[in-house]
Amino acid sequence: MTNTEYLESTEESVASTEVSSAETMGDIQKRNNKHRSIKRRRIISNTVVYIVLVIMSIVWLFPFVCLVLQSFRVESTGIVYYIIPKQWGFDNYINLFKNTNFLKWYRNTLIIAIATAVLQTLFVMLMAYGLSRLRFKGRKFLMNVMLILGMFPGFLTMIILYWVLKDLGLTQDGTIGGLILVYVASSGMGYYVAKGFLDTIPKSLDEAARIDGATRFQVFYKIIIPMARPIVIYTVLTAFMAPWADFIFASYIAMSSPDNYNVAVGLWNLLATNSGKDQYYTMFCAGGVLVAIPVTVLFMCLQKYYVAGVTGGAVKG
Amino acid sequence: MERYETMTPLDYLKLNKLQKIWCRIYSFIFSIPTKLLNLLFSIGRLFKRFGLYVAHEFMDVLYTFKNGDWKTRLSFVIMGFGCFARGQILRGILFLLFEIIFLVYMSIWGWYWLAELALAETSATETITTLVDQFNMITMQWETVESTSTVYVTNSLHSLIYGILTIVFIIAFIYTWRVNVKQQKLAQQILASGKKLKSGKDDLNSLVDDQFHKTVLALPVAGITIFTVMPIILMIMVAFTNFDGSHQPPANVFNWIGLDNFNQLFSWQSGSSSFSATFGEILSWTLIWAFFATFSNYFLGMFVAMMINKKGIKFKKVWRTILVMTIAVPQFISLIYISNMFDVEGFIGYWLKNHGYFINGIWSNGTASRVMVIIINIWVGIPYLMLITSGVLMNIPADLYESARIDGANVFQMYCKITLPYMLFVTGPYLLTSFINNMNNFNVIYLLTGGAPNTLTNSGGETDLLVTWLYKLTINETHDYKLAAVIGIMVFVVCAVISLIIYNVIPSTRNEEEFQ
Repeated sequence: MTNTEYLESTEESVASTEVSSAETMGDIQKRNNKHRSIKRRRIISNTVVYIVLVIMSIVWLFPFVCLVLQSFRVESTGIVYYIIPKQWGFDNYINLFKNTNFLKWYRNTLIIAIATAVLQTLFVMLMAYGLSRLRFKGRKFLMNVMLILGMFPGFLTMIILYWVLKDLGLTQDGTIGGLILVYVASSGMGYYVAKGFLDTIPKSLDEAARIDGATRFQVFYKIIIPMARPIVIYTVLTAFMAPWADFIFASYIAMSSPDNYNVAVGLWNLLATNSGKDQYYTMFCAGGVLVAIPVTVLFMCLQKYYVAGVTGGAVKG
Repeated sequence: MERYETMTPLDYLKLNKLQKIWCRIYSFIFSIPTKLLNLLFSIGRLFKRFGLYVAHEFMDVLYTFKNGDWKTRLSFVIMGFGCFARGQILRGILFLLFEIIFLVYMSIWGWYWLAELALAETSATETITTLVDQFNMITMQWETVESTSTVYVTNSLHSLIYGILTIVFIIAFIYTWRVNVKQQKLAQQILASGKKLKSGKDDLNSLVDDQFHKTVLALPVAGITIFTVMPIILMIMVAFTNFDGSHQPPANVFNWIGLDNFNQLFSWQSGSSSFSATFGEILSWTLIWAFFATFSNYFLGMFVAMMINKKGIKFKKVWRTILVMTIAVPQFISLIYISNMFDVEGFIGYWLKNHGYFINGIWSNGTASRVMVIIINIWVGIPYLMLITSGVLMNIPADLYESARIDGANVFQMYCKITLPYMLFVTGPYLLTSFINNMNNFNVIYLLTGGAPNTLTNSGGETDLLVTWLYKLTINETHDYKLAAVIGIMVFVVCAVISLIIYNVIPSTRNEEEFQ
């Protein structure tokens, strides 16, 4: 966004400048008085901001602290109205591994997440490169079609896909393959953020390489991909995190095949009934902690790239 | 209001911000009739253009046949023959291979599936009586008995899927045939003008150069076509059938029933228990939810970003990291936990109950659940918005604030005159996308409340969005796939209409090339 555009969009600020240039001496006197109190006012306002930020931090962290505390509760396994456990221990973690298929769910999810991260990144980068750097007949049409497709709710396709995958043997025992296929196949539609980034790489680089005799393919993997590293990492990160949180499609496909659940479906099903809530609630919390830790650590390490991706994506729409 | 009609562009510039927005909305609403008329005309034009295009293509084919040599003419029947004859072996092989595959497919399976697409069967199974030799233990000798067995003769879902696929295949064949004819014409012209044709090696080389877009986009576009476009087309078809729990393959068949499902949605029969009443209720809540979820997050997120970025605030990174952590933890963990926390037995729900509020829990009170869902969504959404807006906020030129301060503007004035217009201008398109995304925000609603309290008819709940309702319709005992399909189509229509209106009212001038 350039400054000139911004100025065009806010004529009012220009108008207000004109008015205030016609100030009297009295106004200036008043402003000097104001100046002295500015320091005190800043201290007060900063204190208020600090208080708000501290309260916010507590509110935002509260559920996670509770989750961790609950996972160490030993005296009962249901939902309780207090936060601090009366008895501490690792029983929930031990039971989780002993009495449920948690390890299998974890392994399933990890396989899906890694495969999705690799393949989805490939798809998204190919799509983004094609739409950002290459000009061909039907490019605008393709983008419009994908915009329109995005307005259909995803579940509409889920019903048919379930039946198709069932015919292909990719439900129940084949859930892992089925889920990877579904996550990856349509991932080209999420090209917006990556394309927004590629758009900002100067075109003169491509042209210079082309003049030196590079083919488009060479431009792609020798110039664009190295320069697009932040967005590649962003894509890998988001693609890796999504399968850990996907509940809905996974439950649809893995229906009634406990060995093939992912963590979300497995843990959700623990709490599906009222008796389940009494029996498994603390184990759910323990499972939640075990899922959250690696994902959060990874996320925190790569936070920089995530922020860059999210910010860029929003500005470009 | 009248003055808007006789306004010159200069008058428009004199208006203040609010008046300008009003003016735009006003002129948009009054331009609807003209726009509809234009739409009709443009549809007419589209048909005319399409007709002309087909006619032109047809004439071109005839012309090619008339002026073509024998190689070209033979290619009309044997695809790719001309390519072989002119030395373009690779293209020839591809064309011929496609034709052979098509003919084999059509003769063996194609016609069968096309006929099946009529969905005319009334029963999916047939009882077959066969004669089986059986050893009788009493008489101690072999005898022939009649045995009946049930076999599945038809599967409506397969008929639908393969029928549509066959149609797509036929269209693809016609297109390829047309390309084939065009190629022959071109090749003939090129040879006549004394130039050389591209060899197979040239063709392959161009795939990593001139035609690189084909290489790059082939895989993603194929994936989208098979896993998004085809299912959407099929589900649109399902909306015109009676596919539900009692008509579910393989044990049962479903048939075409025309517009009956849509009638059910739009006819206001038998009071509040009807399907249309539930639909109206859920649609209005979906819109209310999307509005509040989008704008509450937007303004509060911006506010938080401004607080963190304020001059003199220390530990900026710490505050940001704490908020961002909530993005990292998968939603199904945090949201299920929070949902239980507010339930009767949970920490907060129990406290409220002890003080006499929400004896049956918040999630059994419609209005309270709706408010709570929006509040919890603020908890979910603020970190994202904080990230997005702080990036944009830092881009606002500092000298603007400097000069505003010199002119005596207070914080609020600066916010309204500088920050907000800039933010709205830059993130306008994002607001639209996030409105649409919130309308389809399945996770927050389903994990928090599951649509509860389920007081509405047809499996609907008071906090249900159209998408969660759609999902619940497909997993409840009646498995109303047909109605789910209808609702899905309606969600699309609503999203499309809203996008159109917003793009018209707030002209966000996004120029794609401007950053390059």
